[in-house]
Amino acid sequence: MNAKLPAPADSVGAARDASSEANAGAPDAGTAPAIVIEASSGITFRLGDVWAYRELLYFLFWRDFKVRYKQTILGASWAVLQPVATMAVFTIFLGRFAKVSSDGIPYSLFVFSGLLPWQLFAFSLTASSGSLVSNTHLITKVYFPRLVIPISSVLVGLVDFMIASVILVLLMMYHHVTPTPGLLILPLLVAFAVITALAVGLFLSALNVQYRDVKHTIPFLVQFWMFATPIVYPSSLVPEKWRALYGLNPMAGVVDGFRWALFGTSTGSGSLILVSVVSVLLILFVGIAYFRRMERGFADLV
Amino acid sequence: MSQVAIQASGVGKHYKLGLRERNVSLRETITRMVSAPFGKRGAGDEMFWALQDISFEVRQGEVIGVIGRNGAGKSTLLKILSRITEPTAGRIVLHGRVASLLEVGTGFHPELSGRENIYLNGAILGMRRNDIRRRFDEIVAFAEVERFLDTSVKHYSSGMYMRLAFSVAAHLEPDVMLIDEVLAVGDSAFQRKCLNKMESVGRHGRTVIFVSHSMSAIARLCPRTVLLDGGRLRIDGETPAVVREYLSSGLGTSAAREWADPSKRPGNDIVRLRAVRVRSEKGRIEEAVDIRRPVTIEMEYEVLTGGTVLVPNLHLFNEEGACLFISQDLSPAWRGKRRPAGTYRSEATIPGNFLAEGSITVTAAISTTDPVAIHVNEPDAVAFQVVDKAEGDSVRGDYRGPLPGAVRPMLSWTTTELDEAGPAVTLKAIT
Repeated sequence: MNAKLPAPADSVGAARDASSEANAGAPDAGTAPAIVIEASSGITFRLGDVWAYRELLYFLFWRDFKVRYKQTILGASWAVLQPVATMAVFTIFLGRFAKVSSDGIPYSLFVFSGLLPWQLFAFSLTASSGSLVSNTHLITKVYFPRLVIPISSVLVGLVDFMIASVILVLLMMYHHVTPTPGLLILPLLVAFAVITALAVGLFLSALNVQYRDVKHTIPFLVQFWMFATPIVYPSSLVPEKWRALYGLNPMAGVVDGFRWALFGTSTGSGSLILVSVVSVLLILFVGIAYFRRMERGFADLV
Repeated sequence: MSQVAIQASGVGKHYKLGLRERNVSLRETITRMVSAPFGKRGAGDEMFWALQDISFEVRQGEVIGVIGRNGAGKSTLLKILSRITEPTAGRIVLHGRVASLLEVGTGFHPELSGRENIYLNGAILGMRRNDIRRRFDEIVAFAEVERFLDTSVKHYSSGMYMRLAFSVAAHLEPDVMLIDEVLAVGDSAFQRKCLNKMESVGRHGRTVIFVSHSMSAIARLCPRTVLLDGGRLRIDGETPAVVREYLSSGLGTSAAREWADPSKRPGNDIVRLRAVRVRSEKGRIEEAVDIRRPVTIEMEYEVLTGGTVLVPNLHLFNEEGACLFISQDLSPAWRGKRRPAGTYRSEATIPGNFLAEGSITVTAAISTTDPVAIHVNEPDAVAFQVVDKAEGDSVRGDYRGPLPGAVRPMLSWTTTELDEAGPAVTLKAIT
């Protein structure tokens, strides 16, 4: 009867029931999985839970996506307007007037190729940070692995990203720029940007449950972070000896990687990307651990 | 049937009162840490045990009611059972798939259509997409919203919204179902429909834990009931006995209200209300009244300034807030007579087999009719439940289904078998 239901064969606490493993696949009514509820201790990752609830993940993503441009006149064109308008402003003031270097690429294209992954990141970060608080009504009324919430919220940014990518293609055609074969690693870089946003977002969303100060910090953080990322300037402006340190900002690696993939500019050195990857994995690990640690109190604190 | 579905042992949950406050700011925490860096952190936090030492066992297919005053820990227990919050102490082992219904329509999004919300809400409650698809038509038919499936739910009436939301929940197929007072909303016809649906849920071997304030719902649905008091399990036993204990122990005080402090008594310089009580025919203060038995409502009041004609009156409302009737004291003893100062008691008896099942709230008032003046008007002075045990001799008879209607009077019926030839002759005469 309920063999296909996503029965979470798990325990709330650290302790696991022996039968939970056996029933993880397809529990049937006869051998119902046992759930043990008790105070948990230590840090558990239990990412299998999230997989068991993948349909909910999809539905929450789908909800946020559906609702995103409801009751707007311009609808999805907002996804295009924002980066294009920002690009125009930067091109005029920084490209034309301030004459910021752009590694030999037309400045508009240069800045847009940076804005595209950046806006994906900024949106995902903001959305995931506020996600727990904006889903209070779910957290206090029904059980599911809380990780589903920030994960589903970072994915919504991908839709805007896809739409805005069309503009990038048009811009490249306009400037007669042919992409390099490095284009193939673009999906990896996009995933990397989303994971970075999630890693930081996990931490901030959990913190936001208890301290609403976080909400006020995020716009500032995003702005600050943007200037620490080579969007309006090339990373070649950063002195060589600071490069590795600069790579601690994972988004620096993503943006440089984007330009490398699209235009073949070799500004990003291997070490920079490597430092970025390591730093993100570290943040992600700490983010999940912190999230799991705080998760127990969400319903009481939010 | 005899398998254990839920086993709870020594379950407790405490909150630090300091942490319970919403939106503690980061600055406050930092200030606290700076001002007392080596001091015992949280020393000032008071511990509050919302639940303490709760142990019980539920067998598969059992339907259990949970009652208790507000703050007794009912909701906390349900939240722990549904894994929304963790217990601080103890251990619970649950067998089977659990669905919790702490609210109807959890996660409904107003901008989405009815169809979309069925899928979203279903997923949130733990249904698989295939299951939702399979039961989709059933859900829609139960909710009676076919025509509005593609309208966003923000345009739904509240009744339609509730019906749709409940319908999704009613079509869950969990092994253990946790339900919190969700029936307190929606129109009464639909409420009955839901109660019936839940009764059938119980009969299909599903384990149900049902938290409610409605003694009549508890009495009808749950053979066994657990009474919580101050976070502790007070009694666990057969429903009638537990309900009786609950009501007689003064835990459910709403059937009697007394104003001890003279300055707080409702009223004016002429008359003040002292007490209002609901009594059974045996004279006991009774929160749950048998639908077949009469019930007496008494008012005690003090006339401070004599010389006014006073008419005590009672207004009865059902759980939908509809006024069932207003009754006033027209007995000849004091009708049209000026009341001397002093203390009085007025009683009115409502016959058995008259009120419908459900909760009744009573407004107690004292007025003068000529010229009109209202001296006392105390809404929700007392409340009680009308309970039908469905033993066959109430108006319900042997019928257990929904029975709408604001009142449920026992009428005298007669049925006679007619002579077949009679009407045939008449017909011929007409044609």
